Amino acid sequence: MPDYSWPAPEKRRVIGRRTNRIDGFVKASGRAKYAYDIKRPGMLYAAVVVCPYAHARIRSIDTSAAEKMKGVAAVHVFDGSAPGTEVLWAGWEIAAVAAETEELARDAARAVKVEYEVLPHFVNEADLSKAKAAGRVKPAGEKVTGDPDQAFKEADVVSEGVYGCPVICHLTWEAHGQVIEWKGDQIEYWPTTQAVSSIGNELAKALGVPPANVHVMQDHMGVGYGSKFSPDRWGIACAKLSKQTGRPVKLFLPRDVEQMIAGNRPSHYARIRLAAKKDGTIIGWESESWSTGGMTGGGAPPIPYVFTNIPNQRLNHTAVQVNAAPQRAWRAPNHPQASYLTCCAMDDLAHKLGMDPLELFKKNADYTARPDVYRWQLDKAAELIGWKKLWHPRGDKTPGPIKRGLGIGVGTWGGAGHLSNCRCNIYPDGTVEVELGSQDLGTGTRTVIAMVAAETLGLPVGAIRVKIGDNRYPFSGTSGGSTTVGGVSSSTRKATMNALEKLFERVAPKLGVKPEELEAVNGQIQVKGDPKKAMAWKAACKLLGTEKISEMGQNDPKNPMGLTTGGVGGVQMADVSVDTETGIIRINRLVVVQDCGLVINPKTAESQCYGAAHLSICAALYEERIMDDITGRMLNPDIEFYKVAGNPDIGEIIVHLDIRPEHDKRGVIGLGEPPVIPGIAAIANAVTNAIGVRVPYVPMTPDRVLAALERRSA
Amino acid sequence: MRTFDGTAVERAGACAPPLSHLRRPFALLYFGTIAVRQSKEGALMSMIKKPPEPKTEPGAGVSRRGFIRDVSLGTGALGVALTPGEARAAAPALRGPGPVPVTLTINGKPHKLQLEPRVTLLDALRNYLDYTGAKRVCDRGTCGACTVLMDGKPVYACSILAIDAQGKNIQTIESLALSPQPDPLIRAFVNNDGLQCGFCTPGFVMAAKAFLAENPNPTMEQIKRAFGGNLCRCGSYNGIRRAILEAAKAAQGGKNA
Repeated sequence: MPDYSWPAPEKRRVIGRRTNRIDGFVKASGRAKYAYDIKRPGMLYAAVVVCPYAHARIRSIDTSAAEKMKGVAAVHVFDGSAPGTEVLWAGWEIAAVAAETEELARDAARAVKVEYEVLPHFVNEADLSKAKAAGRVKPAGEKVTGDPDQAFKEADVVSEGVYGCPVICHLTWEAHGQVIEWKGDQIEYWPTTQAVSSIGNELAKALGVPPANVHVMQDHMGVGYGSKFSPDRWGIACAKLSKQTGRPVKLFLPRDVEQMIAGNRPSHYARIRLAAKKDGTIIGWESESWSTGGMTGGGAPPIPYVFTNIPNQRLNHTAVQVNAAPQRAWRAPNHPQASYLTCCAMDDLAHKLGMDPLELFKKNADYTARPDVYRWQLDKAAELIGWKKLWHPRGDKTPGPIKRGLGIGVGTWGGAGHLSNCRCNIYPDGTVEVELGSQDLGTGTRTVIAMVAAETLGLPVGAIRVKIGDNRYPFSGTSGGSTTVGGVSSSTRKATMNALEKLFERVAPKLGVKPEELEAVNGQIQVKGDPKKAMAWKAACKLLGTEKISEMGQNDPKNPMGLTTGGVGGVQMADVSVDTETGIIRINRLVVVQDCGLVINPKTAESQCYGAAHLSICAALYEERIMDDITGRMLNPDIEFYKVAGNPDIGEIIVHLDIRPEHDKRGVIGLGEPPVIPGIAAIANAVTNAIGVRVPYVPMTPDRVLAALERRSA
Repeated sequence: MRTFDGTAVERAGACAPPLSHLRRPFALLYFGTIAVRQSKEGALMSMIKKPPEPKTEPGAGVSRRGFIRDVSLGTGALGVALTPGEARAAAPALRGPGPVPVTLTINGKPHKLQLEPRVTLLDALRNYLDYTGAKRVCDRGTCGACTVLMDGKPVYACSILAIDAQGKNIQTIESLALSPQPDPLIRAFVNNDGLQCGFCTPGFVMAAKAFLAENPNPTMEQIKRAFGGNLCRCGSYNGIRRAILEAAKAAQGGKNA
């Protein structure tokens, strides 16, 4: 068996180099075809009918008028929406109409008559007492470790605060949907998905057809953030409309429906008490948390976060049921919220102790799984943001309405590689293909695969044909949990190495050496260390005659052979200015220090950090699903009033990848999720540091900032 | 007395900047094709994107398309009390609601189509032709993913009716990749990783094209404040900023370097 381990850092020619993403041109020039861009001959456009009520019973559905309309090919009532069904949230799919044009489909959707019996609803969980009064709470029980009562008795200082983050939406730029062409017993399926290898099997199961008959194709996708693993009800409806009409059907959710039902992140609220010694050592934690993820309620946040070994804890959690579509995994599920709750409580404790929060975080780093990593990262981030020079005790005392402050957040994540299979084909003309049933969400997966293959085969990145986005390629796991880069890099490394070994067997006799004496470097196969005893890549491949090499490689998560591991820490620090007259917050800088293992492509790895930091700014300052108590509907199912940060809003993001030799040795670790975690806490603590008072809820909108300032002066 | 302006957004892309700081209390300030933003001095000022002249009758029902038409009949002033009926009477010629002949000049090439008058330019490009570089994201004139140039000016294709785009020179992202050498802007976006999923990217590139036409020699500080009319969900703004600076410098032949 070849030695699959990563080449030593000094021997790498491709890995670790800043490399342009290989699909950059096709995307930036508009030629990349996403599922949303697929147009098939004779394709019908579908529009959906959804329930406007947050809680209702369907009395009747009359599709007859819609069916008679010009250009309408078929009307389908969703499975699970028959009359009598209790609808539990607004946006619930009732019917879909397929017509010759999108305009006609929308007209026909409006003509579907649905009668409802409207039932009482409950949609806002922020006020726990109201949720209790409405009978919408499910206590999750109490969890106690150590003796919190004694700890709080013995404490020199006890601090207390209430903090909360609302439900936010995935808001994927490419909406959820698909094109499906069901011909005979064959289903051609163009979804927008994070699960190329498995989504077809799920669709097949729902439709009762053999999984082998479903062909999934996806060249590019406009992000998922955890919301695009399943075919969903609209995928099944789209397939049924295609079967019914015998024509391809395109069904994508309009933005408002997308916002209401196609993915949200659960809220997390908590009242937290901390007990500490005078020197800053935390000796006790008590929290009462509550959250919602829709009708299923919301799971307990993983608090105390990062500082998990704080002794003497009492945790209570309450799940709140609201009439809203269910939560979906959202980039590092529950971690950003838990980081926010924990780091804000620690920042408030530092203030009460009269201590620099940087010192408090470092002092308690022994409660984390990786104290040295966090201490190093805290110092590094402090150095990059100028903590020593710019930090001041809570409340900027300089004159004028603009107040500046700094804050800290921390995070952790797993990110070890998933199950991935790769096939490497080498053709007699020298062409190299690597095939994986994987997907590139915009993370740079395609480029990473090409780089690993190029490194192993001694070829330039451009010589590798990366074939992903098709379920006929070898099974590769879903892109969730930051598991993709570890999985695909490891399987690609093994497949290309196995293929190369086969090629060495052909070349060795020609060079009069044994196969194990060969290496692939600089576009040729050569005797190790002797570039003169060599054969050019193309000449070597020509020896294959009419055969081709086709070898597999697998990343087995149970035995990753040192190529990939999980477990990282990260620290972020924010520098903000707050206008105390208008309540407007401006991000000056956000410093991201991220532990990340072996980095294959620093360019796209940094982009992950920039993007994640930007999402933290969005969540800290802008994003919020606003539900109307009276109608039970989302008030901002769009991108006008559901705010996200634009270019002028993000200030300067400074990324420092913590690529030290001890981290490089750990192999490849996923980076999609870790940097999205600490930012909200860092920004919230920076705002508090600036204005001298805690804004208890994010997003820290001007009204909330002004209200917090008013409470202080009252 | 402000040491920073908070919301000042220099328009680079199409009509409406994201009102990131103008939250709920101000929500209704954005309405149809009229966007209101805060100026550098903190005062509110309106940016009225001059709507195209109405030509036809849209389809049935109160739709956004109909609203666009009605507002345009009111010459942009929302207070003008023209009922849809009066508006119809005032219109020079009635066409529709069924498909009517529409000719669009896209990247210099005429395309003859049969479109209902309510079809937007974006949908004409994407559904009735095969120019899918312009993307549909918000479909409400907010995000800029559908940005194309109309007679050299950046517009949101989702908020313009195809019939009103007749006789205009429409330039889409596809035009930048037609020549053997891709446009230097595209190259700069790739070099600086000014994209991740790439869904917003064609819109950004077109907005950048227009921005550089007006500001051939921008500073990084100007670029940081620009592009309020385009949003990127992946957060590729750092790369986009560097890409625009690099493209500007390349076009200046080092004059700005």
